[in-house]
Amino acid sequence: MASEQLEEYLEAIYDIGEKDGTAKTSSIARCLNVAPASVTEALQNLSGKGYVKYEPYKGATLTEQGRELAESVKRRHRLLEVFLSDVLNVKGETVHDEACKMEHTISDDTASALCKMLQAPSRCPHGSLISPCNREVTDCVSCLAGEPEPAEPRGEPIRPVSDLEPGQAGTIAFIRGDGNVVQRLSDLGLTVKTGISLVRKTPMDGPVEIAVRRTKLAIDRAIADNIFVTSAPVKT
Amino acid sequence: MGGPAWQPREDGKASPETACLPADITVALAGNANVGKSATMNQLTGAGQETGNWPGKTVECAGGVLLHNGFRIRITDLPGIYSLSTFSAEEQASREFILTNKPDIVVNIVDASSLERNLFFTLQLLELHIPFIIALNQMDLAAKKGIRIDGEKLSGLLGVPVIPTVAIHGKGIAELSDAIVTLAREKTPPRVIPYGREVEDRIAKIAALIPEGTGNEDRRAAAIRLLERGSAKLTGPGDVRADIAAAVRQYSAELERMHGEPAAIVLSGERYHAAERIVREVMDIRPPAPDDIPLSDRLDRIALHPAIGYLLVLLVLGGLLFWTFIVGGEISRILTAFLESVAPAPPFVAGSAPEILATGAWTGLVAAVTLIVPYVLPFYLFLSIIEDSGYLTRISVMLDRLMHRFGLHGKAIIPLILGFGCTVPACLSCRILESSRQKLIAAFLTTLIPCSARTVVILGVVAAFVSIWWALALYAFDILLIVILGRIAFRAVPGEPVGLIMEMPEYHVPSGSVVLSQTWSRTKSLVWIVLPAYIIGGIAISLAYSAGLLDPINAALYPITVLLLGLPAITGVVFVFGIVRKEITVLTLATLFGTTVFSTVLSPVQLIVFGLVTMIYTPCISTIGVFVKEFGWKKALFVTAAETGLAIALGAIAFRLLSLVM
Repeated sequence: MASEQLEEYLEAIYDIGEKDGTAKTSSIARCLNVAPASVTEALQNLSGKGYVKYEPYKGATLTEQGRELAESVKRRHRLLEVFLSDVLNVKGETVHDEACKMEHTISDDTASALCKMLQAPSRCPHGSLISPCNREVTDCVSCLAGEPEPAEPRGEPIRPVSDLEPGQAGTIAFIRGDGNVVQRLSDLGLTVKTGISLVRKTPMDGPVEIAVRRTKLAIDRAIADNIFVTSAPVKT
Repeated sequence: MGGPAWQPREDGKASPETACLPADITVALAGNANVGKSATMNQLTGAGQETGNWPGKTVECAGGVLLHNGFRIRITDLPGIYSLSTFSAEEQASREFILTNKPDIVVNIVDASSLERNLFFTLQLLELHIPFIIALNQMDLAAKKGIRIDGEKLSGLLGVPVIPTVAIHGKGIAELSDAIVTLAREKTPPRVIPYGREVEDRIAKIAALIPEGTGNEDRRAAAIRLLERGSAKLTGPGDVRADIAAAVRQYSAELERMHGEPAAIVLSGERYHAAERIVREVMDIRPPAPDDIPLSDRLDRIALHPAIGYLLVLLVLGGLLFWTFIVGGEISRILTAFLESVAPAPPFVAGSAPEILATGAWTGLVAAVTLIVPYVLPFYLFLSIIEDSGYLTRISVMLDRLMHRFGLHGKAIIPLILGFGCTVPACLSCRILESSRQKLIAAFLTTLIPCSARTVVILGVVAAFVSIWWALALYAFDILLIVILGRIAFRAVPGEPVGLIMEMPEYHVPSGSVVLSQTWSRTKSLVWIVLPAYIIGGIAISLAYSAGLLDPINAALYPITVLLLGLPAITGVVFVFGIVRKEITVLTLATLFGTTVFSTVLSPVQLIVFGLVTMIYTPCISTIGVFVKEFGWKKALFVTAAETGLAIALGAIAFRLLSLVM
């Protein structure tokens, strides 16, 4: 299986999985516009490589390894979309279509250069969140200042604090954005390795309320989306 | 002479309002927003210093005097801030004040129920190595949450007197006053709380390069400050001595490499580490039964509910306006009748110079009293209750998304609501916003909010003589205009939007004394701004009349008033006088026409056009003054010209359209 095809499958399973949990063979076939029979064959192949957990008649879910790869492809895709639309001023459908082709060919180094050049964007032009890079960093400030990013990969999976359920807690691992935002947040006690919990989300993508160091803060959704946590329990 | 070689001297000016009061001891109150700082101020000085339950409210340093044990103690309330290190205007102002004005004592008000977060700021004060006292406030709230703090131990650790207080009930205030007097005599500086080795080593190396006694700051404080500013900001020529700059550059780069974070953020982390350590030693928590959901949380389930929450916002804001203008209208009628019986207030008299001055001043005074007392006072009273209870922050959260459409965020709702009372304090309160872009957009929008003076005109001219529905339609149109102009301003004013980050204080039952003193001090400060303008304006109007300037003014404005707006020429003078204060247009109109029944002299279309133009054209003179002070001449002039032009254009269109249907 060519790597491009492999990545397309993982992306499809990732997208469908976000919505429905498990990706059925028929849904994947529809999404990729291929025959169900070839989907089954591909899934067996992917399962053999350890990217998906495939149960005949039920469908496929991504393994940790598959998820990582899918997220990295998604990240490249969305960074490319930002590049195409904001830098090259490409408009309309072309943005998505071209990003779809380019995402399989650029290297990790190029993706990270793109991220730096675009000042670590948090969303693609269509509004989807761009997942953070997989390096062991706590913020973007040194990276944006031109320092080389560390080589070690991130140990634990992270997700935005706004993704938590009300009442759920996590530990701050990474804050995306320029130095001003990071400074503003860290002065209020949102420093890396601090325990944080989501109190509630307000309607219409309004601010999220979080609890940190015994105080409650209302934080703009877009800022909360850039505060990434590991779900590891808080050490007290 | 110039500043010290190692430290840039910014234009720190002594705060004029406190510099003039003689005192034996000077004190600055500092601390996070919403920890009871202003309530402490209230208790200490008894002065009507504003307090409120929304973060970052004390936008201007205010002063007061405490007499204790024969000492005159001058107290300055600094804005509520979370940090002295970042670069917001309020934080900078507070830092400047502490270092330049050198108060004898700083009183750091700390919220006992969130000690860790508050200690961050305390540690920054500690770094400055100046004598200070910790007032451990809201001990009652902390106790309710099962939090116990060993004040003596905290005092021992930091080398700083710690006084437990419940400012809202006046508990611990006498002890605090004693501590101020004692510390002012002893001037004991706090202990140094060391940070991690790698940070501390570098601080020491930089500090060693700084010559002794060259500036306001202690050497360690100066070194930390330089390290925080980092290499990027040390570029200005003559800013910092070259060897120091090189050292700072080297050490901050080293820290950055070690931690993968800029030095300033490393330092923030160090302070929080120290705060965590201290909290572990002095605090003891026995949380109440875990299934017991705090009242604040239960209230928030309603206040922040996707449907009920919005309904509540509408009800409360609608109630605020309804209450203001129903209650206000009644009080205004009574007051006007009373003052008229004391002495009539004709704006136009001819006669001797003293006569002109006296009548002008009297009419100005009457207008101020009949506007501010009936409308502004009830408005501030209701608003204080919403504010002190903590609900205002919830309104901010609920309307945050809406504000995004104007490039603002939820906190901007506060100036906008204030604008319904009076534009002047509304404009000033825009300082609570973070970026200069947001301040400008919000201030511009407040000038368009129908303040109580404009509401008086709409009620007195349109509602009374056309119909209440037309008055409401004008109101609705104004809101629509604000939305449209807000969108345009959002696009036109350059800059990035800054998102909301706001503390959510717990609800509490508003305290009567806090609400009253806050209402009073707000009204008082408004009177001080508005009354002189009213009196001088009143005199100017009388003078203009007796000098025979009315006819030339009317003639000059004829093309606008008559040709464009379809109004009688006489309204030219009315609009000119309205610049002083908008509600005077009603009075002027009545005097010039010789009747208060406007429907006999103006057609419904003319009444509506008149109301519309009065509502939108130039902000009043007091507002323009504030705008100039906050944003400079150019922007003030632009806003004034744009709004006047817009009002004329809209009035001309309204006149032509309405003439077709009415």
